[in-house]
Amino acid sequence: MRMRSRWRRWVPHPAVSLALTLVWVALQNDFSAGQWLMGVILGVVVPLLLRPFWPDLPQVHSWRTAIVYAAIVLWDIVKANVQVAGWILLRRPETLRSTWLVVPLRLHRPEAITLLAGTITMTPGTVSCDLAADGSALLVHCLHTEDAAATVAGIKSRYEARVMKIFGEGDA
Amino acid sequence: MADMLIAALLLVGAFFGLVGSWGLVRLPQTMQRLHAPTKATTLGVGGVLLASIAYFGWVRGEWSVHELLITLFLFLTAPVSALMLARAWLHRERERVRATLPRPGAPGVDWGTFQPPPEESGSGAEPRR
Repeated sequence: MRMRSRWRRWVPHPAVSLALTLVWVALQNDFSAGQWLMGVILGVVVPLLLRPFWPDLPQVHSWRTAIVYAAIVLWDIVKANVQVAGWILLRRPETLRSTWLVVPLRLHRPEAITLLAGTITMTPGTVSCDLAADGSALLVHCLHTEDAAATVAGIKSRYEARVMKIFGEGDA
Repeated sequence: MADMLIAALLLVGAFFGLVGSWGLVRLPQTMQRLHAPTKATTLGVGGVLLASIAYFGWVRGEWSVHELLITLFLFLTAPVSALMLARAWLHRERERVRATLPRPGAPGVDWGTFQPPPEESGSGAEPRR
């Protein structure tokens, strides 16, 4: 227990440290020991400097879900790209039924909402445009949909449910 | 064989880049046009980046991971710039557009562009210490 708390004190966010190290080494494009050492130093020092400004960085509760989520989003991006390309090339623009969608949120953490909003924007066909002043819903513009309610339900079940699991957020 | 794969990837990337630009020219509403850049940066850039990895790896024998970093940074920055554009548009067109938007749900609550956030105390979005 004591060991663990000491470890936590110097490496408060192991995932952030790991990401920084990997990005540094990749940026150098040089996998030698020296660059790894430099990456590890950055991975330890930067989170320590950052900690006072970001007091409540969330922990990832389920890495499994995070990896599944990344795979699903990548696949959806490819799928939706083809679909949207089809709409742009084959349909007359006047026949596109663009609408605003309101996606009510069960997420509370700003980081989780950011992840969901970013996902919605990156999957073609939908762009997140605004957040309710109290953070209770996202305003999403949809390029074309036949059934707005089904699109919102899809976003909630496919993405939001998994983001909740990644950050371990309950309904509370 | 490697050349054919690289050429195919480049063509796929170029095709989606072209479709994104075509959408930018052709779609009539500002908000519809906003969809185009988020499209071109995904499969369009993705295809070109995969082609670059394959070319430098197989043909030149120098494996590079910079392309993966470009993908990562694009995924981080594209949604932010799209959100900024959308909110700038909402702000500029607020007189005309505000009444036509659906409301967030809770009574008295409007979108963040039109209304300041509620007082800090008691908000669910507060970081818990």
